[in-house]
Amino acid sequence: MTQRFIKGWRPVAVLLLFILLWELCSRWFDIPEWLLPPPTLIMETGINSWSDYAPHLFSTIRLTFTGFMIGVMFGLLLAVFLHLLPSVREALYPLLILSQNIPIIVLAPLLVIWFGFGALPKLIIIVLVCFFPIAIAAMDGLRQTNPEWMHYMKMAGATKGQIFRKLEWPNALPSIFSGVKISAAYSVMGAVISEWLGANKGIGVYMTLASSSFRTDRVFVAIFLIMSLSLLFFLLINLLENKMTSWQRKGGGAHE
Amino acid sequence: MNKLVVDQLTKSFDSSIILQNVSFSIQEGEFVSILGPSGSGKSTLFHLIGGLYPPDSGDIYINGERTTGEKGKISYMPQSPSLLPWRTIMENVILGSEIIEKPNKAEALKMIQQAGLEGYEQAYPSQLSGGMKQRASFIRSLLSPQSLICLDEPFSALDEFTRMDMQEWLLSIWTEHQRSILFVTHNIEEAIFLSDRVIVLSDRPAKVQREFKIPFARPRNSSLMLTREFLNWKKEIFEELKVLV
Repeated sequence: MTQRFIKGWRPVAVLLLFILLWELCSRWFDIPEWLLPPPTLIMETGINSWSDYAPHLFSTIRLTFTGFMIGVMFGLLLAVFLHLLPSVREALYPLLILSQNIPIIVLAPLLVIWFGFGALPKLIIIVLVCFFPIAIAAMDGLRQTNPEWMHYMKMAGATKGQIFRKLEWPNALPSIFSGVKISAAYSVMGAVISEWLGANKGIGVYMTLASSSFRTDRVFVAIFLIMSLSLLFFLLINLLENKMTSWQRKGGGAHE
Repeated sequence: MNKLVVDQLTKSFDSSIILQNVSFSIQEGEFVSILGPSGSGKSTLFHLIGGLYPPDSGDIYINGERTTGEKGKISYMPQSPSLLPWRTIMENVILGSEIIEKPNKAEALKMIQQAGLEGYEQAYPSQLSGGMKQRASFIRSLLSPQSLICLDEPFSALDEFTRMDMQEWLLSIWTEHQRSILFVTHNIEEAIFLSDRVIVLSDRPAKVQREFKIPFARPRNSSLMLTREFLNWKKEIFEELKVLV
């Protein structure tokens, strides 16, 4: 932990320097607050209007988490399904890649037309941005099984199910986690975009309201909240990953 | 009784014949080596015995039962240790038996201790040296329920010192457990030192060229390799192989 702290001081110093420069610039050049509020004002707003945005924040967290979980499940199920049926995978894999060329933001109005302004279209957006990195990462992880291990399992008489459970799945876990981490960051973004479409609660709504009333300080607070949420999500998944693939870090030579 | 009978096996891939009418057998508790130039179809022979794919013609019998094309009938030790990195040594050595039946952890622990891996039960493979990994891999095949063990050039990736160590270790643990072993190698000394019989395969297509019965008494130790008699055997087998190249 201390080692990580020692390593981490450089980026932290740069960040602090940047914030300091921002503060000084906005004072020296007398930049109007609606254009670029100084960091101190943003901090002040962040602390004082906690009760204003807290319900929005919790709503977004709930939405993000639900959508993310569904997206992870969907991505994993799809990956396993396509892995077990190679012919279907060959048919669907290119389409899957193609589907990601459609920007989600373009799909959003369609989803509103079809499903209205309830929770469903929002969840669909989050699932759409989440499932893809997980599905691709999981499929690659499942496919890239060491042929020597596969050979051993087959010679030892392992069934298809045993090969999947004892070899392919644990082998794919590190790869799956990289996909999950990307999805986690996407899911927060997906939630905010979906809230822009029409919602009565959420950080996205708070942000829209703030920007239309030129409360730029609040927009920055919202941006900061979204960043923190993404980061928190990422850290939680990192923690889970370290727990589930602890064997990866116990490397090194013999007699250690 | 014959542990393994290989009867007139023929296998070809894309019109090139790899194995042609290969026949031999292994007795209960016997240590037999297959010696041949690399690329002579030794691995194909193993894959056929392991049932990965069926032969074009011929049959395989294990314990008198026809097992041609059936998987899971032999216990297998591959060339690379092939330990799964997310399993501890304990979990790795019981993998072979886990696939077939409920593993016996107490026995596994005893074997781990016998192999000098005591204290490494909960370690991961990446924490072990090359020789230790091979030992764990061999214990895994000993703990598998199948009574015939097939070893596919298990020591070829090890350095000379570790290899000699491992050969002696293998013999000591084999005398204790008395299993039938089929051992594939391209190292003449290794074959003579370990085996009761050495079967020399010819090159492409592989046929049984000649069989040598190695008369040295057991237990053997590495000083045997320096005796005149050993060198005579080596010479004779070497001459046989030279004809092939």
